[in-house]
Amino acid sequence: MKFRVERDHLADAVAWTAKSLPTRPSVPVLAGVLLRVEDGVLTVSGFDYEVSSQVTVAVQGDSDGAALVSGRLLAEITKALPAKPVEVAAVGSHLELICGSARFTLPTMPVEDYPTLPAMPETAGVVDAQTFALAVHQVAIAAGRDETIPMLTGVRMELEGETLSLLATDRYRAAIREITWRPNEPGASLYALVPARTLHDTAKTLGPLGGDVTVALSRGGVGEGMIGFAGGTRRTTSRLLDPDFPKIRALFPEDHKAWARMNVSALTEVVKRVALVADRTTPVRLSFSDGEVVVEAGGSEDARASEAMEADFTGEPLTVAFNPSYLLDGLSVLDSPKVLISFSQPMKPAVVTPAGDDGESIPGYRYLIMPMRVGS
Amino acid sequence: MAPELPDDTGCTVVPDDTGCTVVPDDVGCTVLHVDMDAFFASVEVRRRPELAGRPVVVGGTGPRGVVSSASYEARAYGVRSAMPIGQARRLCPQAVFLPPDMAAYAEVSRAVMRIFQDVTPLVEPLSIDEAFLDVAGAQRLLGSPATIARLIKRRIATELGLTCTVGVASTKFVAKLASTRSKPDGLLVVPVAGVLEFLHPLPVEALWGVGDRTAEVLRRLGLRLVGDVAAAPVGMLRQALGEAAARHLHDLAWGRDPRPVLGGRPAEKSIGSETTFDTDVSDVDTVRRTLLGLATRVGARLRRSGQVGRTVAIKVRLADFRTLTRSRTLAAPTDVAREIFAAAWALFTQLTGLSGTHLSATHLSGNHLNGTLREPIRLLGVRVEGLETTDDIPRQLALGEREHGWRDAERAADAVVARFGAAAVRPASLLPGPERGAESVGPGQTDQGSENAVIP
Repeated sequence: MKFRVERDHLADAVAWTAKSLPTRPSVPVLAGVLLRVEDGVLTVSGFDYEVSSQVTVAVQGDSDGAALVSGRLLAEITKALPAKPVEVAAVGSHLELICGSARFTLPTMPVEDYPTLPAMPETAGVVDAQTFALAVHQVAIAAGRDETIPMLTGVRMELEGETLSLLATDRYRAAIREITWRPNEPGASLYALVPARTLHDTAKTLGPLGGDVTVALSRGGVGEGMIGFAGGTRRTTSRLLDPDFPKIRALFPEDHKAWARMNVSALTEVVKRVALVADRTTPVRLSFSDGEVVVEAGGSEDARASEAMEADFTGEPLTVAFNPSYLLDGLSVLDSPKVLISFSQPMKPAVVTPAGDDGESIPGYRYLIMPMRVGS
Repeated sequence: MAPELPDDTGCTVVPDDTGCTVVPDDVGCTVLHVDMDAFFASVEVRRRPELAGRPVVVGGTGPRGVVSSASYEARAYGVRSAMPIGQARRLCPQAVFLPPDMAAYAEVSRAVMRIFQDVTPLVEPLSIDEAFLDVAGAQRLLGSPATIARLIKRRIATELGLTCTVGVASTKFVAKLASTRSKPDGLLVVPVAGVLEFLHPLPVEALWGVGDRTAEVLRRLGLRLVGDVAAAPVGMLRQALGEAAARHLHDLAWGRDPRPVLGGRPAEKSIGSETTFDTDVSDVDTVRRTLLGLATRVGARLRRSGQVGRTVAIKVRLADFRTLTRSRTLAAPTDVAREIFAAAWALFTQLTGLSGTHLSATHLSGNHLNGTLREPIRLLGVRVEGLETTDDIPRQLALGEREHGWRDAERAADAVVARFGAAAVRPASLLPGPERGAESVGPGQTDQGSENAVIP
């Protein structure tokens, strides 16, 4: 195997595949990335039995072939190379890399020991890459990180006709995003629980590439329990989680009694500032009254902070306490100038939705936060 | 070797329980210093009775090990704590040398401290095997300080099969000296009026804070006994030792030690409960019910102490004594048994690798499961760490949580148990008998049907 490639193209490809490699691989070959050249196309692959990632790069190929080298090492090397063409060649049991005056020799692992990457499941439809990336980002923040409750570490994807819904919760907040997509079969109804971290990483990579993302989801048969995403020259497959998921749509209250509309960046700044005196488990308290919200944190003996800001508030005055990071997470992904927070009862969850400059709610995204009860 | 102090010192050595004809003047002697005798060695002898009467040395067995504890039989050969183990071997080659088992000592230590706590809440542990007790408030209930000291000795002897030595005095400093001077299995009361007669004949090293260096300084001043320090002009001491040390030593030499016993429980760091099975268990359902029982107990103790904790830990000891512990920090602190159990059970399934196979996440919320563990379990423990007091702790509510949730249900159960005893209320799956209820049922609902938007 021998080829020449632009340093940036190689570095991007290796960095992306190496990112999904396991830190403690069950077998040594899984710490590797597989480089394969065929007809002027370099394919870089990584796989850890859960997630596979593959990217193709056009290269000037001198001879076809394959080599398996440590992914992390190759990623660090290619990142540090000067911006010049890179010559890569498999020589015996080594891989040689020459870029400008820099020369690296890396040991290789036996290619034949490397597992075959899973095939992409059947294509279910396509979605705009940037829309998808934002939607996933908006929902993945609400997913749980506690591996002892596997189902909450996933994002549920519901593909119903032309609507693609993403849902996640960690028991304390929940997020729902609905976007349109183009299913292969108009009446299709599919769902899957995708590990949130993998989905988030994938969408983040595919979004900036623009164009469409192909969603591939098996319906029995080949690739059962697997989801695939492809965009540009990249594709990823991931094993799915058990499909059970709480019915979180039912948690969103319908009977709102009070509404607050605020500027997103102003509220974000105020909450961040006031939360400096709160720790991980102490809340910020928001007291809404006509035209104003007072944000406070801190106890009677601890450090305290408070700040007032403008708020367009409708309803009986109320005070609600939130974990500041839950609130900030929600505000950070709204992608809108204003926020609408809707309340039903004091100990019921509040619904955070994006709003336009006119204060009108923008449909499509809803973020639910359960308040904290102050006192015992 | 309990020292027989002459009567004219005013001190009284009280023989254990029997034969005590002299009623010691223990009025005002409300500080007890209780020190376990050769603690580690005694615990080892207790669990291996064949070692009784033989010299036993506990310590690091490696080439650089030191003696942690030596039985009195070994001490007769000159073996002392902190002595290199090689030297101990030379002094007493016939001794039984054992590596320390800190877990076992800690367990016994907890039992010892519990006995102290039964006597008075004012317990100030100094180390794993000694503590100060302030018994001023316990006298009406339990009798005079000497009586309480005898009670403690008797309980430790009968319940734990160990001996201890108790010093009884009006200050911490004198109480500690008294126990040091009457080891092992001793009880020494230093009456208020006898403090100076007791102190003054002792070498200066007996004073708290006097090590080799200070002793040398004092010796150069011609001060060998505590009495010499007491009689020395304070100015002389100040010149030699500095203001603070001079005042401190002078006070001690006159029996003045204002330090109170710092009891009021120095905030327990964790609350836990564990159980050793009579026969090793490999049935998953038994494990599950045991964890629920332990979590119930821990939750009740947390609520009783007005505390909540963030971290739930489980301990699993296998039949071959390998011990596995796992812990998990919750998003919000809890004192709810059900939440503790949920975390403990999740940790257990993760630990045994059952999760993902036939015990997937959905089964965690309840219903039924059977299974057999590959390795039988000897002991199970549940512990909650990272404790805070409940007062004013804001609590993160979970989505779908009912306003009156498990916490209120369990608090109601606490009240019933307080009145009618522990058997009155318990989770249904802990009820005895073959026809157990399938699962305990939550307040205000009869089942966790699929229509209920409750996140487990």
